[in-house]
Amino acid sequence: MSDLSSANPFATERVSVSSTTGSIARSRRRAQSSLLPYLLILPTFIFVTAFTLLPTLNVLHDSLFRQNQAVRVPRFVGLENFANLLDDPGFHKVLGNTLLFVVGTVPLSMALAFGMALLLNQHLRGLALYRLAFFYPTILPMVSAATIWLFMYAPEYGLVNELLRVGGVRGPNWLGDPSWVLPAFILMAVWKQAGYYMVFYLAGLQGLSSDYFEAAQLDGASWWHTIRHITFPLLMGTTLFVTTIAVVASFQTADQIYVMTAGGPDNASNLLLFDIYETNFRFQDHGSASALSVVLVLILLVFTVLNFRVVERRVTYD
Amino acid sequence: MTRRTRQAMLTLLLVAVSAIWLLPIVWTILVSFRPATEPIVSGRIWFGSTLTLENYATAFRIAPFGTYYLNTLLIAFGILAAQLVTITLAGYAFARFEFRGRDLLFALLLLQILIPSAALIIPNYATIRTLGLFDTQLAIMLPYCGSAFGTFLMRQTFKSVPRDLDDAARMDGANWLQVLRFVYLPAGTASLVAFALASITFHWNEFLWPLVVTNSERTRPLTVGLAVFTQLGELGAQWPLVTAATLIVAGPLFVFFLIFQRQFINSFVRSGLK
Repeated sequence: MSDLSSANPFATERVSVSSTTGSIARSRRRAQSSLLPYLLILPTFIFVTAFTLLPTLNVLHDSLFRQNQAVRVPRFVGLENFANLLDDPGFHKVLGNTLLFVVGTVPLSMALAFGMALLLNQHLRGLALYRLAFFYPTILPMVSAATIWLFMYAPEYGLVNELLRVGGVRGPNWLGDPSWVLPAFILMAVWKQAGYYMVFYLAGLQGLSSDYFEAAQLDGASWWHTIRHITFPLLMGTTLFVTTIAVVASFQTADQIYVMTAGGPDNASNLLLFDIYETNFRFQDHGSASALSVVLVLILLVFTVLNFRVVERRVTYD
Repeated sequence: MTRRTRQAMLTLLLVAVSAIWLLPIVWTILVSFRPATEPIVSGRIWFGSTLTLENYATAFRIAPFGTYYLNTLLIAFGILAAQLVTITLAGYAFARFEFRGRDLLFALLLLQILIPSAALIIPNYATIRTLGLFDTQLAIMLPYCGSAFGTFLMRQTFKSVPRDLDDAARMDGANWLQVLRFVYLPAGTASLVAFALASITFHWNEFLWPLVVTNSERTRPLTVGLAVFTQLGELGAQWPLVTAATLIVAGPLFVFFLIFQRQFINSFVRSGLK
């Protein structure tokens, strides 16, 4: 848990505030009025200003202008780009797909991650091998994983349908069928990410005091009871942290769409970030792409801040 | 259910899930050694008539994977080199200096964690165009040369260095650079290694940004090269070739990971950043 809280900038801010007040006297004594600290942070700020702060303002600015293949010179249109999005069934579809993908991927991969961590948190032979089996998809580039799964989902001879055939089931044309393509992406995302989230749970489990479990055992609590009422609640901090990174990662899905379906069939696998890419670079509609980017930034901001609040409350009142 | 049966069932579950998780990569590896001329058909998807390395040779002949390798190495290690300098300096400043506007500047910096670069590809692409850097490796690297997360990590690490050590070194006449070099850096090595592994993995695997700012074989990294390769029309569904290319792209980092597994996993847990 200490590892985890240090990994979350927002969870530890509280701690550092109190340590600052404690050392005020000392830092006064050594107060530096020189330019040195500014010079030390200057390189970082040049890059952060050029590629995060200014672009954020730029994208807000550009979202208020119309600029596309018909209108070459940007023209101020106020919130019209956003209004157009609200009326656009294509955008509704993309947003719906994105939400479905996030809701389908995050809980499933986290539940699996928790289960895997529980299974691995025992004294067993060959543990390192099992851990490797769960974790290796994390190391694969998404483009490689997508290429592999393009092959896995091939309708006639792909491994997925081949295995289903052994079970007597005739599998669908996963990536060619509008109703199966999103589940196919979810399945692949779960395979790719569960092992990554697992290591956070493993770290959490290893940080738990064995006292709790000895007490539970003395009380004759069942295995399942112990997990549900002791292990899981104790790891709530981990769960919230992993939820944040999982949701933020899921909203940024694009690589596998590019490789596997290009958003099809019939827009059924088009997600927000890929739509931004296509709108700007394929359809050359810079104004709409900027508006879409603003929507994505807002979603990510709201979610991270909201989650930070929840984490902070839990950490504070635990 | 006795303890023993439960244990046996859990082990069985572990074996089953691991097997499912390993199937895609095992199949990929096997197919990459199949003769390219033998079609993959239902019922015969695992092995061909013989094992061959021909697909790897062909992949290297069709596409300049050597150039792609060099580009990826240049990009991943170039970004890392810049980051190690910027995050160490900035982390040191935020950890041990009092200066006007410090907290505000730190909060501004953290915005980089809240707004992932993927959401800013459109304006960043415009910036790269304005700078005249389109289709260069530098264009891929620049947005990542400063890291809020890395700065945060180094600030936390440096804060744990006892002040007395710092004071003693200064008393002996050390300047700030010597203090940083001999007092703080040794304490920060573990954090820097953790950051480095996560950073290299992220940039080795990154796709969308390099795709957007490159347009030629000369500058493309492996990931973009692979996507272009798989979409070559004339290849059709030549899976032995495509799987070989996939493994060419993922291989080196994967071997590196196998050797330093513990450090990698530790690094990922600490960073929460891929």
